[in-house]
Amino acid sequence: MPQFDPTYFAPQLVWLGITFLALYLLMSKLILPRINGIFAQREDRIDGNLQRAEALKEEAAQVLAAYQKAIADARAQAQGALAKAAADIAAETAAREAEFGRKMADQTAAAEAGIRTAKAQALADVRGVAAEVAGMMAGKLVGAPADAGAVVQAVDSVMKERAR
Amino acid sequence: MAEAHSPLAQFEIHPLGGPIHIGGLDVSFTNSALWMVLAVAGITAFMLLGTRKQAIVPGRWQSLCEGMYDFVSGLLKENVGNEGRKYFPFVFSLFMFILFCNLFGLLPGAFTVTSHIVVTAALALFVFFMVTIIGVVRHGLHFFSYFVPQGAPVWLLPLMIPIEVLSYFIRPLSLSVRLFANMVAGHVMLTVIGGFVFALGIWAGWVPLAFVTVIFGLELLIACLQAYVFTILTCIYLHDAIHLH
Amino acid sequence: MEVEAARYIGAGLAVIALGGAGAGLGVLFGNYLNAAVRNPAAAEKWFGRMMMTFALVEATGLIAFVVAMIILFV
Repeated sequence: MPQFDPTYFAPQLVWLGITFLALYLLMSKLILPRINGIFAQREDRIDGNLQRAEALKEEAAQVLAAYQKAIADARAQAQGALAKAAADIAAETAAREAEFGRKMADQTAAAEAGIRTAKAQALADVRGVAAEVAGMMAGKLVGAPADAGAVVQAVDSVMKERAR
Repeated sequence: MAEAHSPLAQFEIHPLGGPIHIGGLDVSFTNSALWMVLAVAGITAFMLLGTRKQAIVPGRWQSLCEGMYDFVSGLLKENVGNEGRKYFPFVFSLFMFILFCNLFGLLPGAFTVTSHIVVTAALALFVFFMVTIIGVVRHGLHFFSYFVPQGAPVWLLPLMIPIEVLSYFIRPLSLSVRLFANMVAGHVMLTVIGGFVFALGIWAGWVPLAFVTVIFGLELLIACLQAYVFTILTCIYLHDAIHLH
Repeated sequence: MEVEAARYIGAGLAVIALGGAGAGLGVLFGNYLNAAVRNPAAAEKWFGRMMMTFALVEATGLIAFVVAMIILFV
């Protein structure tokens, strides 16, 4: 077998040494640092992307918070408006009720005043009629016309006594 | 067997150009040296061109380069741990050198550097001495406790220690012969079966041709596998030297 | 010519060791398949170890092959 022929042992060993040393130097000084560099770069990039994603996430959280705040504000505003409308309505209703009450009271007062005047009128009429009747009856009884003033006075006193 | 058509003719070494002697040492540039240089150039070109873009998102070729890197570094980390980081360039060079020599050897008309016992023995002995020196430097005399099996009964030690020592010193032998024999056997088999293709002619020659195709696929697998085995055994030896057991 | 004959006989005897390699590979792949069928999830993890062992076992046969070659050609 040519493998066991010692003639070419030396050149093979020498060239193996040379080429393997060259390969080792090339790998350790050039190729492996290069690949390490690529890996480091990739790691940096991934870290950067992670950071960016983190920032974006934060931003999204902020936007969400702002949105929620806006919604809450709008809701509060709407609630305010509703409350205001309800208050307005209540106020108007109250005002109307008050006016209605006042009107009713006015009308009642007017009616009562009418009744009172009518009553006073009737009373006055009753007084006149009573005085007349009393005068006539006194004239008939006495035979002489009674003093009108005295009659009226008498009727008044009687009526006052009754009214009490 | 006629020498010219011997299946071993492919392993013959002849100097390209004249013989060169430096200080009594024969350093002729042979076909073996040519294929070593080609392997180194091939590895360098492969790795350099693959990573020329230094892309963040790797293409196919760059993925392959990074895969090689990850593969060897994973092997080293798994078998040696973080202390093995220092030896990564060496282990990577070793893996790539053997892999490319094996694969280039499968090219038609190529010479397989790793089919020579001198080359594999040199690599294996280098690994052996490197590992032993690392062990002695790290642990001093304590390193020799490696040869005393733990938990073995004392009366067995006179038997166990020689066995351990023997198995330690047989490492470079098995490491080199494994690679060498795999390469030689594969190439001899390919040549012999390839010879049948011509011997059987155009009618029956197709059968060995199909066979040789299948074997060639197997040889591709073996070429990668032997590089892997050599590397992983180097890693295991490194582990033994660094951690002792 | 006796030496030549003895060489061939010796080479033939040397490759008997291939039987051992064959048996070893059979045990190895059989057990791997057995384990892989029982627990396919773990099969991938041990494939590398299996291939390494394959190479180790195969080396035995190859050493026999080399011995045969040495007997024949050296």
